[in-house]
Amino acid sequence: MDTGHTAWMLTASALVFFMTPGLAFFYGGLVRAKSLVNTIMLSFITIGVVTVVWTLWGYSLAYGSGELIPSFIADFSLFGLNGVEMFSGEEDAISPLYDVLFQMMFAIITPALITGAFAERFKFSTYLIFTVIWITIVYAPVAHWVWGGGWIGADGAGALDFAGGTVIHINAGAAAVAAAILVGKRRNPGLQPNNVPYVILGASMLWFGWFGFNGGSALAADDYAVNAMLVTQIAAGTAATVWGIIGMITTGKISGVGVATGAVAGLVAITPAAGAVNPLGALAIGLGAGILCYYAVELIHKTNLDDALDVFAVHGIGGIWGCIATGIFAVESIAGVKGLIDGSFSQVWIQIYTAVGTLAYSFIVSFVILYVLDKIPGLGLRVDKNEEDQGLDLSAHGEQAVVNDGAN
Amino acid sequence: MIRIDAIIKPERVNVVLEAMSEAGCTGFTYSNVTGRGNQDGVEVFTGRGSSTQNRSSVPKVLVTVVTEKSNQKKVVDAIISAARTNEEGQIGDGKIFISEISEVIRVRTGESGEKAI
Repeated sequence: MDTGHTAWMLTASALVFFMTPGLAFFYGGLVRAKSLVNTIMLSFITIGVVTVVWTLWGYSLAYGSGELIPSFIADFSLFGLNGVEMFSGEEDAISPLYDVLFQMMFAIITPALITGAFAERFKFSTYLIFTVIWITIVYAPVAHWVWGGGWIGADGAGALDFAGGTVIHINAGAAAVAAAILVGKRRNPGLQPNNVPYVILGASMLWFGWFGFNGGSALAADDYAVNAMLVTQIAAGTAATVWGIIGMITTGKISGVGVATGAVAGLVAITPAAGAVNPLGALAIGLGAGILCYYAVELIHKTNLDDALDVFAVHGIGGIWGCIATGIFAVESIAGVKGLIDGSFSQVWIQIYTAVGTLAYSFIVSFVILYVLDKIPGLGLRVDKNEEDQGLDLSAHGEQAVVNDGAN
Repeated sequence: MIRIDAIIKPERVNVVLEAMSEAGCTGFTYSNVTGRGNQDGVEVFTGRGSSTQNRSSVPKVLVTVVTEKSNQKKVVDAIISAARTNEEGQIGDGKIFISEISEVIRVRTGESGEKAI
């Protein structure tokens, strides 16, 4: 056992955990005050539900020793984490349990990301069921494809996805579109955030946690971890600045929500690339993320799709850009393969078709799950219109974010 | 000229303001208020266990508008139909108060009377 690796991976797991509460505040600040508790709770309850699912069968379906469907999904061999050794063997640098813990935090944040699409109108009980099914038949297979020996990762197509650009961001972005289509537009789509400081606080928590997300994805305390953390900072800082500047040029003002969103877009884009690019590559990825995601948000607002908190524009488009950009800016000495800047197109092509594969699978299966849940009597996706007007804090939770009228 | 003060449920505010605009109110003022009706508040859920607590006042919205006397019935009907939770109405749907206004003055021009509304 190596104490250095163990210490870092424990820290990194806790950092990734912290992203989900961060996301809760990021999303919470963006909605209207009457659904603030609900929006935070959609993320917060995910921590609970996914922990249980992951322990019982989620981890097994992603990383089990056999495969139910070859290259597609693992089996139930590690059901209930039976068979995951606590004590590290001769060749293990860390107790094998660390992998369960670290990967669990990734599984938790992914469904939480989707909740931004249907904020202010989704039925809470249906969300709980959706999360259980989605982790089982969407997240677990896609994690298996990339990191569990499936068709995308090193044992398959050889796509580079260091920390989960496909597994987490493209996956959540595609599901977000399916959810936004099926749940429909909000009755009164307000765009003015109720609490800008929450948005910036949440984005800062995400940014902080992302050092564990990307820095921990080397699965060791080594040179790759250092590079990953540095390029993460560079891409996020660049995208935040670029977003702010575009906003300043087009509207004359620099928005706090905008700069925070830009930082998240940069973090999303660098995720798959953090183990493949150097600092200048990260600068280019951050620049691209700031520009592309800014205009994606503008464009999607012009459509009829009410992806309330821009999950697809930031995580979907940012994820796709990051995935392709990894193939463009990969440096052979870091990634082990040549990128487009080194004159090889083949990696870009691999990145493109694996991104499209993930996008299509996640969209179709998420759509089917939500479509079926909508038709089941007693479930349904959407709250009734009085509940929506009243706000989901009171109707779903019987609570209000802030009671400041002095009465009792 | 009359002044109409309507106390309504907060979640009806968008619908009520829209109905009032259609009934010819060009401007209005509204604010979040707290108060109680004949029912002496509501039971609220505290979130710790299943305990509830009596809360003697509830949040409401107070909408104030000044309009011509001839417009009274139209505006009041609009408020009533928009503020009701369902067709029969429910406890807590609100109340409307009407009072005479002796003068209205527009600050910008100094005009007074009905043309200043």
